[in-house]
Amino acid sequence: MPAGTLYRGREGMWSWVAHRVTGVLIFFFLFVHVLDTALVRVSPEDYDKVVATYKTPVVALLEYGLVAAILFHALNGLRVIAVDFWSKGPRYQKQMLWTVVGVWVLLMLGAIYPVLGHAARVLFGS
Amino acid sequence: MSTTESPANGIGPVESAPVYGVDNPAPLIEAPRRRTKKTPRSTRGNFEMAAWLFMRLSGVVLVVLVLGHLLIQLVLDGGVSKIGFAFVAGRWASPFWQVWDLLMLWLAMLHGANGLRTVINDYAERATSRLWLKGLLYTATVFTILLGSLVIFTFDPNIR
Repeated sequence: MPAGTLYRGREGMWSWVAHRVTGVLIFFFLFVHVLDTALVRVSPEDYDKVVATYKTPVVALLEYGLVAAILFHALNGLRVIAVDFWSKGPRYQKQMLWTVVGVWVLLMLGAIYPVLGHAARVLFGS
Repeated sequence: MSTTESPANGIGPVESAPVYGVDNPAPLIEAPRRRTKKTPRSTRGNFEMAAWLFMRLSGVVLVVLVLGHLLIQLVLDGGVSKIGFAFVAGRWASPFWQVWDLLMLWLAMLHGANGLRTVINDYAERATSRLWLKGLLYTATVFTILLGSLVIFTFDPNIR
């Protein structure tokens, strides 16, 4: 464990950990995503070939995970801004975290069909 | 440790006479960051504050840009199954989506690079590892931003 850090546990620490982990994951995906999109400058066939792998069930599940990471990072990021700039933000940081988690669960339920529907049709037939 | 140290080493017993006096003055300790004539008026810039503010401002813009991007690419019109060269060509025919994607590329890359810079500063304890990790990070970031911008600006729908 690095020196000088203070792990206090509970909502504040764990939301910070989750924000950090999701941020790093999204950033690494972003590198890959810019590289795959750059294939449109190579040839339409090469681009379509790579994008075809994105439509397979396994990668669809990874996309669902990416959506989960992005939605949490976005919602918790708004909470961090509220903690920093809203005078009552620090007092309500726990309530805001549980609001973030609640909205995140609803959005993730809503994303099941659009993101995983295609994979389900490939696996189980339409 | 005994409680009867002599005044010479500077540590006296609690609630006794003062160790230092007129005849035995305390040694002068120089201030840790003493200002000299060469010291600039401000010894630190505002870079970290600017980076902190940038994370919040770019974050708000990215919430709109990225969630809109996810909605278009993964939810509307059959989700990911519609994406292909023709779909990209159709969207980048409009300057609106070119600007959207360019802004999203720059803000997301800089937001992510600054985030990873913070992570490196927190966990890489040796100065040389910090230097190499940040060098790698900045190289990859500049390369990816330039590559992505080049692709958006030079996109040719009639490449074949």
